[in-house]
Amino acid sequence: MTSFVKPFIRRKNEPTNALGLVRADYDGAMSTLCAGCGHDAVTATMARAFFELSIEPHKAVKVSGIGCSSKTTAYFLRDSHGINTVHGRMPSVATGAIAANHELAYIGVSGDGDSLSIGLGQFVHAMRRNVNMLYVLENNGVYGLTKGQFSAAADIGSTAKKGAVNELPPIDPVSLALSVGATFVARGFSGDRDQLLPLIKAGLKHKGFGLIDVISPCVSFNDHKGSTKSYAHTYKYYNPAIHADYVPPSEQIKADYAAGEVMPVKLHDGGEIRLRKLENGYDPRDRAAAIGKLFESGQSQEIITGLLYINENDKDMHEMARMEDRPLNQIPYDELNPGAAKLKELQKGFR
Amino acid sequence: MSKARINDFTIKVGNVNGTGSASANALLMKIIFRMGVPVVGKNIFPSNIQGLPTWYEIRVTEKGYRGRSGDIDIMIAMNPDSYKRDLEELSPGGILLYDDTWPRPHFLTRTDITVIGVPLARMCNTAFKVARSRILMKNVAYVGAVAALLDLDLNIIHTLLREMFAAKPKLVDLNLQAVALGYDYVKEHFPGMNDFKVEARNLTEGKVMIDGNTAAGLGCVYGGATFGAWYPITPSTSLMDAFVKYCKELRIHPETGKHKYCIIQAEDELAAAGMIIGAAWNGARCFTPTSGPGISLMSEFIGFAYYTEIPMVLFDIQRTGPSTGMPTRTQQCDILLCATASHGDTMHILLFPADPGECFEMAVNALDLAERFQTPVFVLSDIDIGMNDWMADELTWDDSYIPDRGKVLSSEDLKSVDKFHRYLDVDGDHIPYRTIPGTDPKGAYFTRGSGHNKFGGYTEDGAEYKEVVDRLKAKWKSAAEKLPVPIVKRAKKPTKTAILSLGSCDGAVIEARDKLGADGVYLNYMRVRGFPFAQAVEDFIAEHDQVFVIEQNRDAQLLGLLLSETNAPREKLIPLLHYSGEPLDYKFVRGALSEALNLRKTA
Ligand SMILES: Cc1ncc(C[n+]2csc(CCOP(=O)(O)OP(=O)(O)O)c2C)c(N)n1
Ligand code: SF4
Ligand SMILES: [Mg+2]
Repeated sequence: MTSFVKPFIRRKNEPTNALGLVRADYDGAMSTLCAGCGHDAVTATMARAFFELSIEPHKAVKVSGIGCSSKTTAYFLRDSHGINTVHGRMPSVATGAIAANHELAYIGVSGDGDSLSIGLGQFVHAMRRNVNMLYVLENNGVYGLTKGQFSAAADIGSTAKKGAVNELPPIDPVSLALSVGATFVARGFSGDRDQLLPLIKAGLKHKGFGLIDVISPCVSFNDHKGSTKSYAHTYKYYNPAIHADYVPPSEQIKADYAAGEVMPVKLHDGGEIRLRKLENGYDPRDRAAAIGKLFESGQSQEIITGLLYINENDKDMHEMARMEDRPLNQIPYDELNPGAAKLKELQKGFR
Repeated sequence: MSKARINDFTIKVGNVNGTGSASANALLMKIIFRMGVPVVGKNIFPSNIQGLPTWYEIRVTEKGYRGRSGDIDIMIAMNPDSYKRDLEELSPGGILLYDDTWPRPHFLTRTDITVIGVPLARMCNTAFKVARSRILMKNVAYVGAVAALLDLDLNIIHTLLREMFAAKPKLVDLNLQAVALGYDYVKEHFPGMNDFKVEARNLTEGKVMIDGNTAAGLGCVYGGATFGAWYPITPSTSLMDAFVKYCKELRIHPETGKHKYCIIQAEDELAAAGMIIGAAWNGARCFTPTSGPGISLMSEFIGFAYYTEIPMVLFDIQRTGPSTGMPTRTQQCDILLCATASHGDTMHILLFPADPGECFEMAVNALDLAERFQTPVFVLSDIDIGMNDWMADELTWDDSYIPDRGKVLSSEDLKSVDKFHRYLDVDGDHIPYRTIPGTDPKGAYFTRGSGHNKFGGYTEDGAEYKEVVDRLKAKWKSAAEKLPVPIVKRAKKPTKTAILSLGSCDGAVIEARDKLGADGVYLNYMRVRGFPFAQAVEDFIAEHDQVFVIEQNRDAQLLGLLLSETNAPREKLIPLLHYSGEPLDYKFVRGALSEALNLRKTA
């Protein structure tokens, strides 16, 4: 089996972005996932986000681990570099890549198995470091690629396809992210593109670690009755609580919202995130409030989604490491070589 | 003894760790070095922070040998818990110096040695007020006592102390006072001690005292590494410490305070490996220092880098295994682990430095080779090289050096390329071209550790898969002649018997061979410095009837590689193995060789 090549057809009058590219320019190889898999919908939304943000494909970098979800980095942005690493270890590879060149747009794609079991350590530490990337966790409550074992995201009482009941408490990536220092924390649903698209755009523009936990049902192993990660269950308890729009710097003037209705958050690139549909008094810039809100919604089984927390003020890894603006991979060697004379001088202390 | 032994003896200090004896020992060694007499320092320390026995050996060797002598001539016994062992270890005719604030008559059970009691604690308690300085100064006082025994140059002691405490002049006086306590006491109570002497020479000109980890850290700076990731582990930590130190000194903009480097203390070795893979994939020169347990953890990633052809530089400062083993004791026990680290068919490039000078050079070699061959490269040092103080030729640098960044296509290069394929062997040298993210739309490709064909596409087709892994094998083999060449020393007379060894065995092997040569036993000697082996290695073995393979591990790992990767016949290769965890000494080598040669003759 070789990878499928997606037919590349350019239609007349197709909308183009600021770079003159069409949406299909942001596609990748043909997906080999099961028909109806939530991950494919997320892939399409990610591609659209890059298209709408007019990011040059070669200025984007895709990183992933191992799993059905992690495979999807091959299915969008064919003209970007991508790296499918090893199971659970994408965060470290992303961290090193971003240390070498912080100027590209980094998107990480992972699964609940990849991030919450084998890769839990790396996932948490990348958030602690506030590595500047958007991390999309496609959460289906199971290991899809190894055929349906429970993942650490499975809820208590959720049943497997063959009937086994999960009794272990789940690890919730969103509360985890809030407690270890991620600076952009959201939850989405593969079935709600309208909400997910602006979240991805905002997450890509946010400076620092952005997590979007996307409920993304596995139709083959976890979409049955009794599963709490099925389409039916998610629709039933879905609460699109906080809607976030990304407004690029160029569209800033068209601010036409009534005070109180919308909460604007300024981003580093000059753009803005506008939060809508906020319940009274909820401020997503307040970490403690976000944790409280999450806890509350958990009590009532409801699946709260949207941008739950944002912090544009914390330093990202690049700043904390005090690196110069020019990426490390572009510093010429003559600036790095201390020279023969200096070596002699340094060794005076060795005599 | 009537005649003094001059510039050829070993001093050993037995102490309790955590009492600040390291700086006293460094001082003692530097005094002798500054007197122009070659020295070797070996630190034999416990895996513990405070309270366990620790030893420091200083070999004074006018001939400039670099290994241990296997003898202890002067024992400074500062630790009552190891008195018994320290007493036994002293060679006949030796001197035992101890703190007789609390006299120990049992030391007198040996009549073939001289016991010198100096009331170090009592003198220091009287002279110094602060409790901590009483403990520290006891160590400095024994330096004074030894100075009196060996006739060390007091002016040099003064100069060194002034240099050491340039920032805290008050400490100079304090230390001088302590030196005088020991010095005067010995001169007064043991006049005419004349067994061992240091006489000034001019043999350390152009030399430095340096440990391998410092040298390797400096090598990474000079080689142009901008990124490093690591997880603390003895004995590799000081390599990263050195890199940090020199980056801070040399790579921070004086006005803006901005760094031209990034160092990450990772959450574990898996992450450290992933980070350097990410940084190298993205075009930064980088490395990770670790030790055996770290390599075990990194294995999955090492195979990933091998198969996806991402440069990776790893320093393995070997320590005694298996498992946690003896973390502060030395061995060469990771040769096989590193040669084939990771599952599946994997083969890696290894470099074997023998001393700090080579650690410096090979750090730069490794950075070049990893990018040239787009693969993991291991520098296999060990505790002996990495953490001990060696006398080495002053490190030098050629300012015309240009890093070999390997086959990387720039945006300009890509203009003349029809379509870029990541794993295509266009030049027939088994090495494909790579591109760095962000450079050009034409350069995009997808990196995957899953089956891929020569174009970089996903495959499960056996023939397509084989084409790629066969090229990887050929690429690995082609590195053999590009690595540091083996070093051969021929005997004065033609011989069919030889030694083949590597790394930190060198000092002991050279000395044993000299001694055997003096007795008319002639041996050729090859020291291998890289794997895959150069053709010269196979040829060297072919030239001889028997080749003793000397290495520091139980399982004859180097020998194993020689058997699997050369045509050398099994019967020719005779293992001589040392794996107690202590640095190799020439007596062991000479003894083992003599025994083996005699046995062979009569057999
Ligand atoms: C070291 C290692 N152990 C086990 C596996 C097998 N494995 C592949 S994917 C996977 C689970 C993936 O689950 P998840 O991340 O949730 O992805 P999904 O397929 O559900 O999208 C496992 C256990 C592996 N590839 N590597
Ligand atoms: S097994 Fe599940 S997760 Fe994997 S592709 Fe099929 S539906 Fe998607
Ligand atoms: Mg999953």
